[in-house]
Amino acid sequence: MTDLLQVSDVLKLFPAGGGPAGWAHFKRRFSGGPDSLPQVHAVDHVSFAIGKGETVGLVGESGCGKSTLVRALTRLIDISDGSIKLADRELSRKTARVFARDRDRARIQMVFQDAGESVNPRFTAFDAIADPLRRLRKLRGKALRDRVETVARQCGLPIELLLRYPHQLSGGQRARVGIARAIAVEPELLVLDEPTAALDVSVQVVILQLLQRLKHEFGMSYLFVSHDLSVVRLLCDRVLVMYLGKIVETGPAAEVFAHPLHPYTQALVAAVPRLHDRTDGRLLLSGEPMSPIDPDPNVCRFYGRCPRGTEACETAMPALRGFDKRLVACHFAEDYLPRA
Amino acid sequence: MNVTPVLSVEGLGVEFRTRSGIVHALENVSFAVGKSETIAIVGESGSGKSVTAYAVMGILDPAGRVTAGRAMLGDLDLLASDRGELAGVRGRKIAMIFQNPRTALNPIRPVGRQIADVLIRHAGVTHRAAPAAAVEMLREVGITDPVRRAKSYPFEMSGGMCQRVMIAIALAAKPLLLIADEPTTGLDVTTQAVIMDLIGELAAQFGMATIFITHDLALAAQRAARIVVMHAGHVVETAPTKELFANPRHPYTAELIAATPDAAISLEALASVPGSLPDLRCADLPPCRYSERCSRKTEHCAKPLPQTRAGDRHVVACWNPLPKQPIGVSSASAA
Repeated sequence: MTDLLQVSDVLKLFPAGGGPAGWAHFKRRFSGGPDSLPQVHAVDHVSFAIGKGETVGLVGESGCGKSTLVRALTRLIDISDGSIKLADRELSRKTARVFARDRDRARIQMVFQDAGESVNPRFTAFDAIADPLRRLRKLRGKALRDRVETVARQCGLPIELLLRYPHQLSGGQRARVGIARAIAVEPELLVLDEPTAALDVSVQVVILQLLQRLKHEFGMSYLFVSHDLSVVRLLCDRVLVMYLGKIVETGPAAEVFAHPLHPYTQALVAAVPRLHDRTDGRLLLSGEPMSPIDPDPNVCRFYGRCPRGTEACETAMPALRGFDKRLVACHFAEDYLPRA
Repeated sequence: MNVTPVLSVEGLGVEFRTRSGIVHALENVSFAVGKSETIAIVGESGSGKSVTAYAVMGILDPAGRVTAGRAMLGDLDLLASDRGELAGVRGRKIAMIFQNPRTALNPIRPVGRQIADVLIRHAGVTHRAAPAAAVEMLREVGITDPVRRAKSYPFEMSGGMCQRVMIAIALAAKPLLLIADEPTTGLDVTTQAVIMDLIGELAAQFGMATIFITHDLALAAQRAARIVVMHAGHVVETAPTKELFANPRHPYTAELIAATPDAAISLEALASVPGSLPDLRCADLPPCRYSERCSRKTEHCAKPLPQTRAGDRHVVACWNPLPKQPIGVSSASAA
C-alpha cells in the first residue's frame, strides 16, 4: 500500500503557565532571563503513516493530544517541529493561515464532533455544504447548486432539508450535513473527530455504514478519532493508541484489541463495557496522568499509573519497537505477547 | 425479592406545555428499586429517561406537569408532597448525580465548600467540623491530595475529578437512593470504569439503591442487576439483566441490542433501528408508541398496551412479543 499521509516526528508545544498572553514574554525581556517558559508537550515526536484507502483509528483518553494531533494534520494549527507530507507535498511549511487558501486545502478535510455545534447556526444546510465549494472550488450559481445536491444525495440527506437551519435538523441529519460538507470538495484524506459521539446507537449504526460506503465509493482514506473502542474495532484497519502526547502502540485493529501489548492499551481495552460477559477481573488505572508540562524525557509517560512500573521505566523512555505488524513502546512488551 | 422497595414508581405520567402543543412525555411509567439494588433505565435520547428522574426528584421544568401516578419513597408519595416535604427528602434520602459535572457544580465556589454546604444542610455536621468532613469525603471518593483539592474550583479539575466531587456531594448525607443520570457520558472509558466502580462500591457500603440512567446498553449490562427499557415515554420491557440480553421479548429491545456495536462481528452485521421516535405532541398517539417502527405489528396493537409477564420479574408491554428462546424455563411458575 502506498502511503498517502506521512507524519514524521511531529512536535507541538504550547507555552504554559505564563499568565495572560504576552505577559511572560514581556517579563522575560525585562529580566533578561533565558528562554525557559514551561511548555505543554501536547504532541511529542509522533510519526506514523496512513495508506491509500486505509482507515486508521486514533484512540486515547481526553488530554492525550489526539485533538491537537488532528488539528495539526488538518493544518488548522501550526506545528513546532517535524513534517507532514500528503503524497509528495510537504504541508507543514506553510502557516495555517496561508494553508487555508492553498490548493492542497481541499485534499484534507475534517468532520467535527457535533455538527450541531460545529456548523454555523445561521447557515442553512445548503450554505454549510456550499461554503467549502465556494471558497475552494470557486463554484457559483447552478454548478454550485448541482454539486451541493449531489453530495447531499450521496450522504442520504433529503434535498428538501437543505433549506433548514442546524437546529431544525435531527442529530443524524446534522451528522450527514457535517459529512457532506467535508466530502464536497473530494478530499483524499478525511479526518473524523468522534463523528458519532453525540448520536444514539440506532443512528450511529446508520452513520457508520454511510461512512463505510462513502469510503469505498470515493476511495478516501480515513483517520478516525474516537474513544469508543467498539466502534474503532468495527471500522478501522489499523489503530494508533496515544498516551500523553506519544504513540504507545500501533497495529492491525483486530490484533491490538485481541492482544494489547502495552499496559495502557490493556487497561483501555479492559475498561470497555461489554454486552455479554461481565468480566470482573479488570485492570483498573489508578490516579491521573502525569503533567504534560515539561515532562521528564527519561521517564515513561505511563509510569506512576502503570501496574508494572519498574526502575527501568523511571530511567529510560521506552521507544517504539516492532513486533510483527505492530509497534509498542514498552520495555516489557515481550511479556505480554500471546504464546504461540 | 419480596421486601418493600426503596422507591416504587407507579403509573407515572408527565406532560409538557409548549408553544407547539402538549408533549406527552411520559405515560404509565412504573418500576421499583429495592435496597442495595442497582437498576438501569436505558433508551434513546428523547425516550423520557431523564424526565422520569426529574419527576421523581420534583425538579421538572416549570412547563412540565405530573398528570398521573405515584412515586412512593417508603410511606411518602414524592409526587404529592409539597416543597417543604421534598426539601427534607432531597439530598438527605434521595440524591442525584447529573450528566455534566462541570456545569452542575457551582463554578465560583471551591469544591470543598460545596461539599461542606451539603454536609451542614443535610447531614447535621456543624459549621466548624464541615471543612474537615468535606476533605474526608474527597478522600473517600479517591481524590489524591484532598486538602489541596478542597480549595480548587471546578474549572481547575479534570472531568473525572469533577464527577468524583459530584459523587461526594450526592453521598454526603448517605442517601437511601441514588439517581445517576448518565454519570459517565463525556468521560474516558478508563475513567468511566473507575467512576462506575466507585459508585458501585459506595452503594454496596451504604446499602444504597441506585437508579442508573444511560443510553449505553453495554454499560448497563455490566453494571445493573435489572434493566428498564424505555421508548417514547413508555416502559416497554423490564427484566433482570441476564434475562434481558438472553431473551429480549420486546421488538425494540431486540433492535437496540442488535444496534449496539459490541455484539456485532462486522459493521454490516449491525442493524439500525428503523424509523424514529414518534412526535409526542400528537393528541391521538397510538397505544403502542413503537407500533409505527415495529416489524411485528398486528391488529391487536391498536388496543391498550398489555403488561405481559414473560418470566421471573420480566414484564413486556407488547401484544406480539418475540418468542422466548428455546432453552427457557416455564414462565408461568414465576407469576
